[in-house]
Formats: sequence, structure tokens, C-alpha cells
Amino acid sequence: MKVNKRTWIRTMCAAAAMAAVSGAAFAQGAPLKIGLLATLEGPFAAGGADGMRGAELALSQRGGVVAGRKIELVKASSNANPDVAVNATRKLVEQDKVEIMVGPLSGGEGIAVKDYSKTQPQVTFINGGSGAQATTLVNTSPNFFRFNTEGAQWMVGLGKAAMDKGYKRTMIIAEDYAFPYSQVQGFMAEYCRLGGKVPVKAWVPLGGKDYASVIARIPKDVDALLVVLGGADAVNFLTQYENAGGDLPMMGGSITVSQDVLNYKGKRRDSLVGTISAGPVADTFDGADWKAFVADYRKAYPVSAGGFPSPSLFAFVYYVNMKAALDGLAAVNGDLSGGQAKYREALSKMVLKTPTGDVRLDGNRQAIGTTFVTEVVKDAQGNLSTKVSRKVDNVDQTLGIKKEDFQMGTRDVPACP
Amino acid sequence: MSKGERLATWLLVGGPIAVFSIWALADNMRLYLVTLLNSLTLASLYFIVASGFTLVFGLMRNVNLAHGSLYLLGGYVGYVVARETGWWIIALAAGFLAAAIAGLLIQVLILRRMQGQDLRQTMVTIGLSIVIADILLWIFTGQVYQMEAPELLQGPIRGIPIIKAYSAYRLSLLGFGIAIGLFLWWLLNRTRVGTMIRAGVDDRAMLAAAGVNVNLVFAVTFMLGAGLAGFGGVIGAVELSMVPGEDTRLLLASLIVVIVGGMGSVPGAAIGAAILGLAETYGLAYAPTYSVVFTFVILIVVLAFRPRGIMGRPA
Amino acid sequence: MSAAKWRRAMHTGLTGAPVRARPQAVGRAGGRSAPAAAPTVDSYADSDAPRWLKYLWRTLGARHVFVLVFVLLLPFVASPFLTYQVAAQSLIFGLIALSLSFLAGYGGMVSLAQMSVAGMAGYAVAVLGASGTATSLGWAWWVVVPFALVIAVICSTLIGWLSVRTDGIYTIMITLAIGVAFYYLVLQNYTVFNGFQGFQKVYPPVVWGINWRDPMPFYFLCLFWAMAGYFFIQWLVRTPFGIALQGTRDNARRMNSLGFNVTAHRVAAYAVSGLLAGVGGVLLVWYNGLITPGSVGTGWLINVLVIAVLGGMKHPIGAFLGAIVFILLQTFAIDLIDRERFNLVIGGVFLAIVLFSPDGLLGLWAKLRSRFGPNQVLTSTPQRRQA
Repeated sequence: MKVNKRTWIRTMCAAAAMAAVSGAAFAQGAPLKIGLLATLEGPFAAGGADGMRGAELALSQRGGVVAGRKIELVKASSNANPDVAVNATRKLVEQDKVEIMVGPLSGGEGIAVKDYSKTQPQVTFINGGSGAQATTLVNTSPNFFRFNTEGAQWMVGLGKAAMDKGYKRTMIIAEDYAFPYSQVQGFMAEYCRLGGKVPVKAWVPLGGKDYASVIARIPKDVDALLVVLGGADAVNFLTQYENAGGDLPMMGGSITVSQDVLNYKGKRRDSLVGTISAGPVADTFDGADWKAFVADYRKAYPVSAGGFPSPSLFAFVYYVNMKAALDGLAAVNGDLSGGQAKYREALSKMVLKTPTGDVRLDGNRQAIGTTFVTEVVKDAQGNLSTKVSRKVDNVDQTLGIKKEDFQMGTRDVPACP
Repeated sequence: MSKGERLATWLLVGGPIAVFSIWALADNMRLYLVTLLNSLTLASLYFIVASGFTLVFGLMRNVNLAHGSLYLLGGYVGYVVARETGWWIIALAAGFLAAAIAGLLIQVLILRRMQGQDLRQTMVTIGLSIVIADILLWIFTGQVYQMEAPELLQGPIRGIPIIKAYSAYRLSLLGFGIAIGLFLWWLLNRTRVGTMIRAGVDDRAMLAAAGVNVNLVFAVTFMLGAGLAGFGGVIGAVELSMVPGEDTRLLLASLIVVIVGGMGSVPGAAIGAAILGLAETYGLAYAPTYSVVFTFVILIVVLAFRPRGIMGRPA
Repeated sequence: MSAAKWRRAMHTGLTGAPVRARPQAVGRAGGRSAPAAAPTVDSYADSDAPRWLKYLWRTLGARHVFVLVFVLLLPFVASPFLTYQVAAQSLIFGLIALSLSFLAGYGGMVSLAQMSVAGMAGYAVAVLGASGTATSLGWAWWVVVPFALVIAVICSTLIGWLSVRTDGIYTIMITLAIGVAFYYLVLQNYTVFNGFQGFQKVYPPVVWGINWRDPMPFYFLCLFWAMAGYFFIQWLVRTPFGIALQGTRDNARRMNSLGFNVTAHRVAAYAVSGLLAGVGGVLLVWYNGLITPGSVGTGWLINVLVIAVLGGMKHPIGAFLGAIVFILLQTFAIDLIDRERFNLVIGGVFLAIVLFSPDGLLGLWAKLRSRFGPNQVLTSTPQRRQA
């Protein structure tokens, strides 16, 4: 039969497809591609945007060049769903052929990307912001590195601070997924050991808006509330709690009093002043490196251009991880040969200088770093920020507990009613 | 339904609820009463938003799945206006108008061309909802916007017996719901436009045959429905904050309210909203992991035994 | 009426003129020509070749061979990434969209719960089979998969039974509500569905020494099932059941008065679509290696509708066309525009399609052909269409 138009068009389409397929694999040349994944959509969109800013800051501090090679950042976005994150990572790794991968942001995504990293041994995966314990405790991957401390490590010191303030009984209100489990475990490990009691743990669905029922369930005899909610949820809870006549003091999880919540546009934030919390950053920490970091961030991303008044936790962790990736490259002079063996060894042994102190990796390639216990203050301009009450160094993933006694955080573990 | 059947239904449904209530009151009276207030106030918000949806559905057989996006639009516009002018009342009006105008544009420019093709209209509204939601995300980013309640309504009302303190704003939600309900009742039953709308819900063709400008009635109804969504958005912005994702939640709530209450019926929307609010809030308070299952079960039961909804009428 | 008589009646049309010269119908009736003179002569009618070969000779055109060769050779030519992430994913979503396309195009019921049914099958595989989570039961795959499919069919039948007793437009609302309720159920329930975490490390088994998770074997697995679904639907819509279903789509009241049980046909259609969606769901959970509530959220419920509408609901191939375009956009959009604006692009494209070409890409194609091509047998006409 004669070749009709339809067959012809289909042939052209196929040819174009083949060309695109093969065309994508042309030679790398001198530039080095690093993939960057953050949540630019969904519940952590604002945090993800700031994370990208932090990573780009780390790169621009080196002028975009490491060991004579130009660094090209290939960005991808996810929405806190693990399958979207894995698809985005797979595209960066298999299609765009990045050699180093930095990301993702959210806890569940981190676990999924870690599982994926085992199937791609030729690429080094460095965490972005994900802070779930399981990523580097269970089924670890030899090419997944995390230079930021995780959720449980971020709460070290808060239990003691709570007891010091006289909060002997606390109710915990937290979102129902991996990261808050880690946070609660980090808090309760110390708090229960010091004699504190947690009669009720209320796990709320991520993105749930109506806290009226949770608030109604607050027992009469608790001294304080530990609120481990992020973003929109924290804002809602605070408003509804105050409106319901609640007046208990609050303690916050690490992302509860992070910059993107302290920045929310509404006057309810005044009720946050005085809240204690713990995390890897404190806005008014007076370490020289930290001040330099904040100054750099403000210069590169002024508020008018969409930056926050002070870099958020997400900007910080992405900055640290990207800095580690680049410092490691510099240490091996850009040599990624031999399955990146030298590079990975450099990463494992490196002492990374971060704005908040030194970071080393443990046997599971998890960071050992610094945690700050903080309190929320209001400065002269009316901006809210966190001030340091205590700095805890060398926090490792087992939180100082013996490995045999250590239990990962879940909904019911630990428990001290 | 015969008298016997009706009695049986009331017993079957009311019996377990009565037993539960007695237990809950004895167990923790404060919790029960607070939850009751919470559910009624939440139901008011759902009613305001769903009444617009049911009007549009009832009259124009158009499942407006962009209803949630209009809610979001009204909320954001209201927020911006409140920030600029400082007056909450103006923000309410602005939210209503913004959504109403958007609704008018959608009806006149797009939906009117597809008169009679219900499915295609619905798909268009789906496309519009995606586009509107993304544009709003672009402009306002994923940040949280919490609107400030007016001075009068801020803070708790103290000194209530048993409950001790309750949010003034949430009580005002109840007031708004009742006000809107009364307004709709007056509009539908005492004005000419309302008569035309009710007639159209019953028999569209006859309405046109009677010489009424059906297009105008449609446009007015769509404007009203969309405006109610926007109005609900401004009110909800204070209580629940504005964040992308709210549109889906409110859309789902409207769907359930209309399915349970019956399409095209404003009293049905009130009943449906009350049922949904009660189920959701009590579920969250007493059995948080399974609260959704209650909503599910109610939906399924109503669909199984009364597919048109409680107050729905045959097509 | 026997099946053969029925087919003959359909093919001669009400006025006795042939609606569409379909030689294979003539062949099947034993070589007798249609009552009214069919313009094409059946040149194979008298040969001694077996019937199925005659059928193939008649229906296969150059385009069929071309497509077949293309899909079979693709994994050998394209990179593993394209094979796995683009091609296999398109086939999976095409299959799920096919279930919607079948319901909507041939049954007249637009159900937004297809992705939920697929999700149920996926969750069944995760919960009953092996995964990284402690609550999984760890049964063998050849027990789990049939179980998952049965669950999907049963759930789809239930959804159908709930939805069919009302008017057509109500179906979208009800199925959307059911779909979103299912999402919240798996989000908030921990004992069975493990809530927000979902299930990780749900991998296809290693069977006959092949790891079915590798790009090429997995692609062929998806291709096999996609083709099976496609041909199954092609066959089904020509059976008496399929024809009756289309009758209920066109005029339910008339079918009712003719003695057909309209509700039963519709619920059966839901069951069939549940089977397709279930297969898609099992493949999807194997593709992702995990399943979370996000996989069955509102975004995906609507995306499946977008895919089906994009491709065109008049012919089963439309679902796969739509899926290819959608997945390509989703994967490569970030190179062209901000990935964050992907939803805007997809929403805009969907809107454009619904406004200007409600039959999707297939409709566009048909319009272009009718404008530029010679007179030909139409692949899709709005009114008189059997399959």
C-alpha cells in the first residue's frame, strides 16, 4: 500500500523521538553536573525554595567553580510525595546524568531516595534537608551521605530545658509521619529519663486544619504543650488554641519555630514569644561563622527579592550539604574516577566547617553535629527570631544512649505516661 | 416512606447516637459540649460554601468543580484587602465580589457556549480549577496567610458555664451561617429572582417557555454561588488560614454536603452540612484515626438508601 | 437473537445500507454477503486459510505493524531511563486511563475513582505481600496479585453499584467524593494502611531468573498487560454485552424498555474497569517501589481524567496517547518551563482540549484527516460507532 500521510508523520515522530533519546547522551566535557532536589510544590513549598537558595549560596561562595571545573546545578522539584521525589531523582540521575545528587527535603522522600540510591552506585547521593531517623539507621545505603543532623538529634537538650522550666507533665501534639516521630523520640529520650511525664500524645494528620478537637482533649493537669507541627498547621493550631482560651506555655519542634513560620503574615505570631525549642539553627547565635553566613544570605537574597529576613532551617541544611559536596570535591581535586571511591572516602573522613560548628560523619554516614536550645524573642524591628539558651555539641544519632538500648521513634515508642 | 419505615430509620440512626451522647456526657461533659459547638460552627462554614454549590448544581445541572478555587480566590483577595484597608467588613465584600465576578466571567465566556453539555461543562470547571489554583500559587506562593479577625471578635469569650471559654470568632461563624441561611431563604422565597431560580430548578425548559430570560437567571445564580464561595473563603481564612490545598478540602466538603443533603436544595445543604460537621468533628475528637471512616460510612449509607440525598427531588 | 444475527443486524444498519464495510463480519457469517450489496468484495472469502489468519490479513494495516514494531524495539534503542520512566509509566497510566475511557466513552459514566481502585490494588499488594514495613503479611506474589485484582474488582463493583442509581452527572461527584474519602482513609489509618508513610520497598518478584524490576523486563511486562487490556476492550465492545452497554450510554430508557437490565450492564462495566485499573495499580506499585496516600490523592484522580480526555475517549488507543503526552510533559517540563508551573501547563492544555477539541488528540487527528486526507474509513465518528 502506498505510504500515506499518516505513516509518514508517524515515521517523522519516531525519528524525532530516537534523535531526542540519543541526543541526550552527548559528552559531559568539563562542567560537573550536580543535581538539586527540593520541594517546590505542596506543603513545604516555601521551605523548599529557601533550601535551593541555601544550596546556591554555597555554590556562589566558591564562585561556581571547584578544582578548576565549572559546576552546573540541575534542579528538580517534588511535592513531599516519595514517588514524585524518586521520579524526579531518577530523571536527574539517569537522564540528565548528574554525578552528585543533593536532596531531597522531606523525611519520607529521603527514605525513598535512599532506597533508590542503592540501585545507582555510580552516583554519590548527599541529603538535602530530610530529617527522618530511619534514613541512616535502617537499611543504610553506602552512597548516601547526610551532613545534617536529623530530627531526633535536633531535640537534644530540650527535655532538660523543659524540666528546668518546671514542665513536669507535657502533652505532645505532632504530625503523624516519620519526621515528628524522630523529633518526639529525641525529646522524650531525655525528658522521660529526667522524670518528665507525657500523659497524652495527639498525632494529627499532615495538613489537617481543624485542631478544635485536639485542643478540647488537652488534659487539665499538664504544664506545657510540645507542638511539633510545621508550616500552615502550626499557624492554625496557634490561632485556634489562643481563641479557645488556652494559656498553657508551649514548646516547639524544630520546624515549628523555623523562619518560615515566624514569618507568617498575621499578628497571631506575637503569642510565640517565649516559646522554647531546639534545632540545628538559632537566628541570633553570635558565632562569627554564623554571622558571616547570615550576612551572605541577606546580601544574596534580600527580602525584596523573596528571601526571608534570616535564613531558615531549610536554607541552612541545604547549604551545609552542598558545602560538603563541594568541599569534598575540592579535597580530591575534582577526581571522581574509580566509582568516586576517593571522593566518598574524603566525604566520610572530612571535618566539615559549618556556620554552627564542625560536623563529622559516623559509621552510617550520618552527621554528628551541634544542636541549639532556643527561645523566641522579638527584636527592635518587630521581627521574631530565636535566641540561644544552650549549645550542645557532638550530638550523635544515638543521642548518647547505648546502642543496645536505643529505639527508633514511632507512634508509641518511647512512652512515659 | 411509610410511617413505620420512617420510625425505624429514626430509631436505627438516632439510637446509637443517643447512647453515645449519654456516655460521652457522663465521661467528659466539657469535651462533648465543646465538640458540639465546634461541629456546628464548622457546619456553618460548610453550609455557606456548599449552598452556592448546590444552587448552581440544582439550577444549571453544572457540577462546578472550580468551587474550591473560587473559595481560595475569595480568601486571598479578602486577605489582601484587609491588609490594605484594615477593615474586615470591606474584605468580606471584596472576597464576595471577586469570586462573583470570576464566576460571572466563567459563566458568560465559557459555560454559556456549552449549554446542555453537562459533562463537558464539568470538565471545563475541572480544568479551570487546576489553572486558577496554580495561578494563585504563583502569585501568593505556598506561604501561610492567616487573616486577622476583627477586633470585636478576637479572643475567647469567657465565663460560659461548663465550657468556660470559647472562641468568639467561631461563634460568629454560627451567626454568619444563620444569617446566610435566612438571606437565602428570603431570596429564594420572597423575591422574584428567587422564584425564577426555584422554578428553574424544577423545570428549566418550562421556565424558558414562560418567557423568562434564562441566561440572565443562570448568570445571576452562578454569580451568587461563586460569591458565596468567596465569602466563605474570607471567613475561613481567619479560622483555617489560606494555603493551597484548602480548595480541595472545601470542594470535597461541598460535594459531600450536596450529595447527602440533596442537590438544588438549600435546606438540604443545611442538613447535609450539619451532618458532615458533626461526623467530622466528633470523629476527630473521639476516634481520630477513624474520623474519615465515619464520613465515608455516612456517604455510602445515604447513597445506598437515598441516592438523591435527604431533601433531593427526582430529576 | 444469536450473536451472528446480531452482528449482521448491526452491520447492515437501519436502512439496510451497509454502515461500514466490515469484511470480517461477512467472513464470520460463513461467506454469505450482506443483504444489501456491500461495495467491497471479500477477496479472502474463498481461500482455505484459517479464519484467524483471514481476520488478521483484513484488519492489519501498515500503521498497526508500524506501531507494533516500534513498541517492541523501543527498549533496545532507547536509554533505560526512557524505557522505564517514560515508556513503562505511560503504559501503566494508559491502562488506568483506559479503564476510565472505557467507562466514559463506551458506558457514558465518568468515574473519578479509577485511580482509587488502582490504589486499592496497589495497597493490597503492599499490605499482603512483602515490603519494607513490618505490618505487611509477606505472602507469595502469585497469591497476592490475584487477591489484589479480586479486591479491585469487588471495590469497583461496589463503587459502581453506589453510583449508577442516579443521573449521569452525579457520577462524577459521587466518585470524586469516594476517591477523596479513600485518600483520607489511607492517610489517617495506621493499623492497615500505615498512614502517611505508606509502604516502601514493594518490588516485583524475581521469576524464572529474571529480575522483573529491571527496565527492559518491566517494560515488556507492562507492554504485555497494556496490549492485553487494549485488545480485551476492543473485543469486549463488539460483544453483545459491549453493544448493549453502548446502547445504555446512548439511550438508557429505550434499552430499559427493550428489556435490558441497564443497572446490571453498568455495574458490570464498572467491574471490568475495576479489573483494568487493578492491573494498572499492581504495575504502578511495582514501578514506584512504594505506595503512599499521595499516590491516590486528588491530584492523581484528576490527572487520570486529564489523560483520558487528552487522548480522546472514543477509541482505546486514546488513553495510551494521552498517557504518553502527559508523562512526557511531566518528565521534561522542568527543562522547558519551571517545574513549579507544570500544573498550569497541564491545566491549560486540558482546558484547551475540552474547549476546542472535546474528543482529545484523537478528535484533532480525525479533524485534520477529514480536512487534508482523501476519503477514508473514519476511525472515530461521534454518532455511529461500534468499536
